[in-house]
Amino acid sequence: MLERLQHLLGAETLTREQVTFILDQAKPFQEFQRHPLKKLATLRGKTVALAFFEPSTRTRISFATAAARLGADTMNLQAEASSLRKGESLIDTVQTLEAMRPDGIVIRHNASGAAEFVAQRLAIPVLNAGDGSHEHPTQALLDALTIRDRKGRLDGVNVTILGDILHSRVARSNIFLLSKFGARITLCGPGMWVPRELELLAPNIRRVLRVEDALAGADVVMVLRVQTERIHEPALAAEEYILLYQLTAKRLKLAAPDALVLHPGPMIRGLEIDPAVADGPQSGVLEQVTNGLAVRMALLYHLVGGAPADAPHPAKERSSAAD
Amino acid sequence: MLLIKNGRVIDPGSRTDAALDILLDGERIANVGAGLSAPAAETFDAKGLIVAPGFIDLHCHLREPGQEISETIETGARAAARGGFTALCCMPNTQPVNDSASVTRGIVERAAASACVRVWPIGAVSVGSKGEALAEIAAMKDAGIVGVSDDGKPVATARLMRQAMDYCRTLDLLVIDHCEDPSLFAGGVMREGPTSVRLGLKGIPAQSESICAGRDVELAMLTGARLHIAHMSTRGSLEFVRSAKRLNLPVTCEVTPHHFTLIDEDVRYDTNYKMNPPLASRSDRQALIEGLADGSVDAIATDHAPHHPASKDVEFDRAPFGITGFETALALGLAELVHAGKIPLMRLVELFTTGPARVLGRERKLAAGQPADLTIFSPDHAWTFRACESASKSRNTPFDGRAFRGAPMATIVAGRVVYRREAAATA
Repeated sequence: MLERLQHLLGAETLTREQVTFILDQAKPFQEFQRHPLKKLATLRGKTVALAFFEPSTRTRISFATAAARLGADTMNLQAEASSLRKGESLIDTVQTLEAMRPDGIVIRHNASGAAEFVAQRLAIPVLNAGDGSHEHPTQALLDALTIRDRKGRLDGVNVTILGDILHSRVARSNIFLLSKFGARITLCGPGMWVPRELELLAPNIRRVLRVEDALAGADVVMVLRVQTERIHEPALAAEEYILLYQLTAKRLKLAAPDALVLHPGPMIRGLEIDPAVADGPQSGVLEQVTNGLAVRMALLYHLVGGAPADAPHPAKERSSAAD
Repeated sequence: MLLIKNGRVIDPGSRTDAALDILLDGERIANVGAGLSAPAAETFDAKGLIVAPGFIDLHCHLREPGQEISETIETGARAAARGGFTALCCMPNTQPVNDSASVTRGIVERAAASACVRVWPIGAVSVGSKGEALAEIAAMKDAGIVGVSDDGKPVATARLMRQAMDYCRTLDLLVIDHCEDPSLFAGGVMREGPTSVRLGLKGIPAQSESICAGRDVELAMLTGARLHIAHMSTRGSLEFVRSAKRLNLPVTCEVTPHHFTLIDEDVRYDTNYKMNPPLASRSDRQALIEGLADGSVDAIATDHAPHHPASKDVEFDRAPFGITGFETALALGLAELVHAGKIPLMRLVELFTTGPARVLGRERKLAAGQPADLTIFSPDHAWTFRACESASKSRNTPFDGRAFRGAPMATIVAGRVVYRREAAATA
C-alpha cells in the first residue's frame, strides 16, 4: 500500500513505492511541458508559499513555475528582502507566512533540519527545497526520473558521484533514494570531503580514491558543484581540483559507453566539468531542469492539492480534452 | 534537632553501609550510630531509603548575574535541591564574567540571601575569560571561589594555562579546564561520526577535546598544579587522565549524566540534544562508564546549563549548547550505572559526594561535628520526570517524560530540610 505523504522532508524516509509513484505521476507532467498552452486549473484557488531563506535561482523558479502551471498562486519570501535580516526567527517568519493561509510551503534554508523543524510546527504540507548539508529530495527525484528515462530502470544502476560529498545535500538525497533501488554507488573526491562514515548511509556504497577507478563501469556520473559557501575547511585550490577530479571527455570514456552525465547546477564550466562533457551527447543537464518541473508539479498536485493516489491524472485529462 | 531514623547509611568516606541513625543538631551532625534516640528531636523516618552525605555538583551554570531570564541563583538552587544536591560550584561565564572579587562577593551574597543550598563559585582564569591577562584570582579566592575556569571555552593558550597553573599552585587553588581545540571545533554542533554525516550537521571530532586534555596534563606535569578536566567525554581524554594518575599527579576529572546516558546516535534535529562537549560515540560512552567504575573518574557533575525556551526553539545550528541537569542526575546515575549493573551503589554515592569533595580538597563524611548536609534518596521510587514541573526557569532537557526508578527524597543543608519529595512515604 502506498503510504500517503504528508510532507516531503527527505528522500531517506520515502519508501521505494512512494518514489515510484511520484516518478510515475511526474511522467504525464513531463509531456505536458511540450504543450503550447501550459496552464492547468487543478490547483486554482490554492496558494503555495515559497520560503527561500537561502539564495536560489533554479529551484525557486522551478517551484514557482510548477505552481503556476497547476493554476496555483504563490507567495514569495526571499532571504535578501525578508525580515530575517532584522533578526526575526525562523519560527516567527514561517508562522507569519502560515497566517496568510497558504495551502503548502516550500522551504530552502541553510540549516540542516530546517524543513523538519518547520513541519513540526506548522499544520500545512512542507516541501523541502534543500536544508543545509542534509537533503534536497526534489533534486534526487528529478535525477531519478532522468536516469529512469535514459536507462530504462533504476534497479542496480552503477552511479558514481564526484565532488564534495560531505557538504552536499544533493549527494545525500541521491544516495538515500537510489539505494532503495539497489543502485551501486561509488563516491569519489578529495579525502576531507569523502569521509568513511558516508559508507554507512546505505548499503552498496563504496569510496574510491582515484577518479579513473571511480568512473570504470559507471552507468551514471553525477558531478557535484564545488560548494564554496558550505565548505568550512580551508578551500582547495581550483587547479588541484581540476587536476584530480574534473570530469573530462577522456575520463568519461572510462565509464560505460552510454553513461549519463548529470549535474544539479549551477555548473562551473571548466572547474568540476569540462565544457565538452557538459554540452556533449551524454549530458542530461537540460533534461534534469525540465524533469524538475514535472516532479515538482507531481508533488504539489498531491501534497498541496491533496489528490487521492488513484485520482485521474490532470495532465492526461488535459491531453485527451485537447485531442 | 533532627533524628534521621531507620535509614541505610552509605558513607563512602568511611566505607560505611549499615542501618544507622543520624542525629543533627543545628548546622552540624551530633551523632551517627545504631538505635539512636533523642526524645526532644523531630524525627525523619528514612525506612527503605539511603542516607548519604550531601551531594556536591562541581559544574553548573546559575546564569546570575546577567542572564536571569534563563535561571537565577534562587531557582537554580531550588532545582538542585530537588536533585539532591546540597552544594553547587557555579561557573563564571555570567554577565559580567566572575573575574573579580566584587562579582564573586555579589554571587556569594545573592546565594546567602536566596539559595537553599550552598553555592561555591568558580572564578575566571582570565579577565573576561578572554584568554589574555590573568584575572584577580587571589582576591576572588578571599571572596570565596573554590577554583578557576574559563568554562564555556578552553583556557585559550598553553602559555596562559601554564601561568594560571603556576599561580594557582601558589594559591593551592584548583584549575578546571573545558577542553577543546577551537580550530578543530570550528563551528561544529555535534560529535563527528556517522550520525553527523547522515544529518548533515557539522561534526566536532573527539580529538578536539583530547588534544586539549593532553596539553593540560602535560602542563600539570610541568607545574604540579591541581588540574580538573571538566565534563570529560572521550576515551582519549580519559587515557590522559589515567596516565597522569599513574604518575600521582593531582589530576582529576568529571563526567556528566548525559554523557554516560546518551550517545551521538541519539541526536536528532532537537536542540535538547545539543550540548558542548557533544554527545559522544558509543565506544566513548563505554569508556566513560569503565572510568566511572574503575576510579579513573572522580565525580559526576551535571553541567546544568539552562537556556530560555525561545533561545532553544530555533534551528539546530543556531541553538546555544547545553541542557539542564540537576533533577535527573541521580536518577540517571541509578538507571544507567547502578541498576544497569555497572557500579555498586557505594560507588555512585562516592561520585556525588566524597569524589567531588576530594577534587576541591575538602572532606565529606558522616561523623559527629561535620556539617549537617545530607542527601536522602530512594533507589527504587518510581516516578516520571516532567520538565514542566522543574524548579528551574528553563526546560531544555532531552529527558522530559522519562520514567525512572530511584529519586532524591529529601535534601538537608545545614540541618534544614530544603527539599522533601511529596510522595515520600514516611510510614
